[in-house]
Amino acid sequence: MKNLKLYLPVIGFAVLAVFMWRGLYLDSRTLPSVLLDRPLPEFELRALETGDQLVSLEDLPDEPFILNIWGSYCLPCLQENPIFMAAREQGIIPIVGVNYKDTDDAAREWLDDNGNPFTLSIVDDTGRYGIDLGVYGAPETFIVDSQGVIRYKHIGVIDYQAWDDEIMPVIAAVQAEARS
Amino acid sequence: MMPMRVVSGFALIVMLTLVSLVSDEAQAAIDVYEFETVEQEQRFRDLSNEFRCPMCQNANLTSSPGGVAADLRREIYRMIMEGQTDQEIEAFMLARYGDFILYRPRLTMQTLLLWFGPLLFLLIGIWVAFTIMRRSGTESPGSGESLNADEEARLKKLLAQKNQDASDQA
Repeated sequence: MKNLKLYLPVIGFAVLAVFMWRGLYLDSRTLPSVLLDRPLPEFELRALETGDQLVSLEDLPDEPFILNIWGSYCLPCLQENPIFMAAREQGIIPIVGVNYKDTDDAAREWLDDNGNPFTLSIVDDTGRYGIDLGVYGAPETFIVDSQGVIRYKHIGVIDYQAWDDEIMPVIAAVQAEARS
Repeated sequence: MMPMRVVSGFALIVMLTLVSLVSDEAQAAIDVYEFETVEQEQRFRDLSNEFRCPMCQNANLTSSPGGVAADLRREIYRMIMEGQTDQEIEAFMLARYGDFILYRPRLTMQTLLLWFGPLLFLLIGIWVAFTIMRRSGTESPGSGESLNADEEARLKKLLAQKNQDASDQA
């Protein structure tokens, strides 16, 4: 008993150290999404391509797709654009854009200048759909499966490493699921 | 010149304090919302203070100027005007942004330590203090650290020697 008491400070230190060690690797910037494994929220919004005509969940691909929240003001979006362009050219997966808190003109100009990787560009100029998606700033990227369920969320820029290590495995998994 | 500089330093502090107060006011006044009752306005203020801005993380919705915070304030306004209860508004936020949006975390298994950790540490502190006090109370001098026979003999010898030295000097 006396020996145990002697070790109490060491034990206390060990417990603290474990918590703090874990704390070092907690990323407080990326919040876990509560929408994971939930269906994509409904919407009725314009699309850049359709003018005043509204689009909804039914207009989204039946197969797995990427939903990318972007804006012409968003520098990281520019950074990930070539990756999405390549994905579109290689036919890896359809990508749907949500033009978040932007203006149509600026969005069109951006797509003309930098290339348009999106099969459809939904216009969320008020940011209201972003709230339903739990978005807090562009860029954010969701992977949606063929049932319309959100399977993955990436917050912030997707670089080549993130694409290869995080995004591609999920895409492969949901596409394999869709085929079976 | 010296006192002048001191004064101007003080003035600067006062000025900065005032500016920070004013800018808080200014930020809160960015949105112009009209309410039908004072109670609605109060609820809007309370709720905006209660939720945390997901973008800036260390500010509530009231003090965050940024994009998504303004959008969320707009949603709070809309829901208040639609007559939704505070619980419904909180559920709306939780369904989209999760527990993070709450400055006051809910009591779940995960937040158990967060809620009762301080109490736990207080109890540990009380226990430690109690044991120390009890020990110092019960241990009368000599009882805990009594000398064994050898030490007793040595002490006697030392004392005797000291007395001897003293009488020698005298």
